[in-house]
Amino acid sequence: MSNPTHIQQDADKAGMDRRHFLKVSGTASAGMSLGFFLPERAQAADKPQLNVWIEIEPNDTIVIRYARAEMGQGSMTSAPMMIAEELEADWKKVRIEYATAHDNLRSKRAYGDMASVGSRTIRHSQEYLRKAGATAREMLVTAAAQKWNVPAGECKAALNKVTHTPSKRSFTYGQLASDAAKLEAPKTVQLKDPKNWTIIGKSIARVDIPDIVVGKRQYGIDTQLPGMLHAAVAACPVFNGTVKSLDASKVENRRGIVKVLNLGTFVAVVADNWWRAKEALREVAVEWDVGEHGTLSSAAIMAHFKAGMSQPELAVARNDGNTLEAMTKATKVVEGEYFTPYLAHATMEPMVCTAWLQGDKLEVWSSTQNPEATLAVSAATAGVPPANVKVHPVQLGGGLGRKSPQDFTRQAVMIAKAMPGKPVKMLWSREEEIQHGLYRPASLMRFKAGLDANGKVDALHIRVSAPSILATLLKLPLPKGVDGQAVACFNDHPYAIPNTLVDYAQRNTNVPVGFWRTVGHSQNPFGRECFIDECALAAGKDPVAYRLDMLPNNETSKRDRAILEAVTKAAGWGSQLPAGVFRGVAETEGYGSWTACVCEVSVNARNEVKIHRVVIGIDPGYAVNPDNIVAQFQGSVVHGLTAIFWGENTIKEGRVEQSNFHDYRMMRLNEMPKVEVVIAPTGGFWGGVGEPAQAPLAPALANAISAAMGKRIRSLPLKNHGLTLKA
Amino acid sequence: MDSGFSAWRQRDIDNHAPTRGIGCFPLGEISNYSYKVILHFYSLETFLMKLSVNGKSHTLDVEPEMPLLWALRDELDIKGPKFGCGVAQCGSCTVLLNGEPVRSCSYPVSVAAGQKVITIEGLADKGKLHAVQQAWIDHQVPQCGYCQGGQMLAAVALLKKKPKPTDEDIDAAMTNICRCGTYARIRAAIHSVAKKGGRA
Repeated sequence: MSNPTHIQQDADKAGMDRRHFLKVSGTASAGMSLGFFLPERAQAADKPQLNVWIEIEPNDTIVIRYARAEMGQGSMTSAPMMIAEELEADWKKVRIEYATAHDNLRSKRAYGDMASVGSRTIRHSQEYLRKAGATAREMLVTAAAQKWNVPAGECKAALNKVTHTPSKRSFTYGQLASDAAKLEAPKTVQLKDPKNWTIIGKSIARVDIPDIVVGKRQYGIDTQLPGMLHAAVAACPVFNGTVKSLDASKVENRRGIVKVLNLGTFVAVVADNWWRAKEALREVAVEWDVGEHGTLSSAAIMAHFKAGMSQPELAVARNDGNTLEAMTKATKVVEGEYFTPYLAHATMEPMVCTAWLQGDKLEVWSSTQNPEATLAVSAATAGVPPANVKVHPVQLGGGLGRKSPQDFTRQAVMIAKAMPGKPVKMLWSREEEIQHGLYRPASLMRFKAGLDANGKVDALHIRVSAPSILATLLKLPLPKGVDGQAVACFNDHPYAIPNTLVDYAQRNTNVPVGFWRTVGHSQNPFGRECFIDECALAAGKDPVAYRLDMLPNNETSKRDRAILEAVTKAAGWGSQLPAGVFRGVAETEGYGSWTACVCEVSVNARNEVKIHRVVIGIDPGYAVNPDNIVAQFQGSVVHGLTAIFWGENTIKEGRVEQSNFHDYRMMRLNEMPKVEVVIAPTGGFWGGVGEPAQAPLAPALANAISAAMGKRIRSLPLKNHGLTLKA
Repeated sequence: MDSGFSAWRQRDIDNHAPTRGIGCFPLGEISNYSYKVILHFYSLETFLMKLSVNGKSHTLDVEPEMPLLWALRDELDIKGPKFGCGVAQCGSCTVLLNGEPVRSCSYPVSVAAGQKVITIEGLADKGKLHAVQQAWIDHQVPQCGYCQGGQMLAAVALLKKKPKPTDEDIDAAMTNICRCGTYARIRAAIHSVAKKGGRA
């Protein structure tokens, strides 16, 4: 914990790189002994704790700890389902409470990783959560057996009770908890066979919704403390610029204004009401030192990316066979250059963090996806020991990847440091949020395929010229110069193409980049799966048959095949469509899940796109909470279509041109098409569900539109092609 | 009580016809001119305003142009209405003003004075959920939930006007932004309330 950068990097990077994740997860979970999550138990008489995750109250209520953030992804419900399943808990008697980053620090990370990123809460923690539940169950059974003086094997746990099967005697968990808590935890436990699951796989209602519907749920923005002040902030409109001078004389004596702060890279107005702070901020005269980037433009960035395409030394992400040579022998060559733009997150709740520094003690309420990073950054910024910091959990009004990096927490703590003894809530305006994002990187992707005489792709060359999130945001050394996110779904494409070359030109700019929901999979599948369609068209083949024909018969590709077949079957691929309606298809893997999508569209003479139907499916291995998967997929379609039709942040004079929802448009209810979600779990693995849906959506839609228009769409957003969405 | 406050002024504010009149207009129909007249009227001196929120009367001493949202959130600690954009685009801040949905981030508190404000906290009746709230649970509508207070209040206002709304009615009335993309479930939940003939 002494190295905040390391912790943030560690928390941010893990799970973002699927290969990395798959590699470490096997060893990590195998090495995760029970002792790892069963440290010294703090026993209170009224709340016996069976391990750090589970307390049982005498009234038989089970308190299950949840160690990640809830931002709409539903993990606050589905992660505890893992524990409850093995515990044989009665779900109706379960209450879920947050674990905190400060408890995690004190218990030497008993709760493990707390970050909610990379759609990984379940797939990363399911094993130790299930083991925690199973361990507690065994302890309860042992306690009951000892009370009855019978063999444990004659006792069975179910629905918050242990029953002695021969005599039909039973104890509730509440009656057993204090005895069970005194027992030593078993070293090994047997996890349930999936066919005996009673909770996992059921559509369980989200535990946070009852409070949401009555307005009681506490979001970061709702933090209220005695004597609390409010801060509005403005950073230099040109990224990485600084404050040259500041004149606050116009507002200093205004009602409610407490202080105007020059904090180097940003200005903060502290007031007794956020509106007063924000209004005053507009009238603080700030002279910015914009540095050398005050002339940066979208055109200059595009030229920078284009130059990357002919950069002499490129990082090689994948090199099968001899692509360049095979290309010369191709019967037919297909080429296409694709582009996806920068995107701000636009979480409904802008960045918000309350910090309260009292002496060398710091308390923080941050809408954070990564409470451990929040703690580390807070401690470092305030200059207090990490042990002196408390990070209070709050619900997030959306995260979308923006609330994992802690730039805003750092700002809030800087303000708190300047206002010692006073709790200060810092809230960004929407304009600040859109203009000071950590943007989904813009990316230029060039594809070239050599088809053989049968039209199959024999050689595929994909060249990416784009900024690196890992190198610039996380400051990580890139293995062989490759940012795995920039080439995601290229370096691990499933197709049996004997010659594949994927190379990468790292082209950073002054525009900061970060993890935007679905990250590389939000843009690269658009290129890959549209280009595969271009090849199918060149080969004169049906796009689905073409893909199936190129999928090899191996362990992972069978999942690509299965989901493609399940979704195209549900969509009735190949069946007659009304005149003017066209289909598009795409299939991808991401976040440990397999996805496919079929869109049906028509495009009229006014270039209005009508989406008649979206059929989108997932194989997440085990479908933990099916209704939540449906919700995530419905929502991801909205998120995805917003980006596909309108999403674009452009740069002029070093600044982001968009500022609010009037020029950074969001999809609304009347525009939402019909979405059918296909859940086709094949079992045996745990895939993510919060992010994968966006991956096949853009290419499936663009393929359908290209078919309808007879013109290939190779860049997003669609508004730049004169296309509008017909509600 | 503020020393500069006088009895006639309070009466004037409570009963002033233009204020009540303005409250009858749906948002959007108040011209800039009306705003200006009212703001001018109220900015002559510091004064107190009465605001009824969820059936409880509050006295506020704030600038007349302060948006209702910030009077609710930062002065009265009523946190249900959320900040999303500050320019009446997203509707996270939606409250009911005399039963009409208004975007409180862009609605001067002085214009709301003397009128009945309902926020999401005030929608349930003595602990009994409103039919819309129950439908939101039944359909598992919220994801992050941040915009949902505003969404539910917009739905309540729609169902009051049109107890059996068509899809087109829902399209026209439900213009709040949800970044999680819960629109399909919002639509289904509204239809289910209509079907049950639940109170709206």
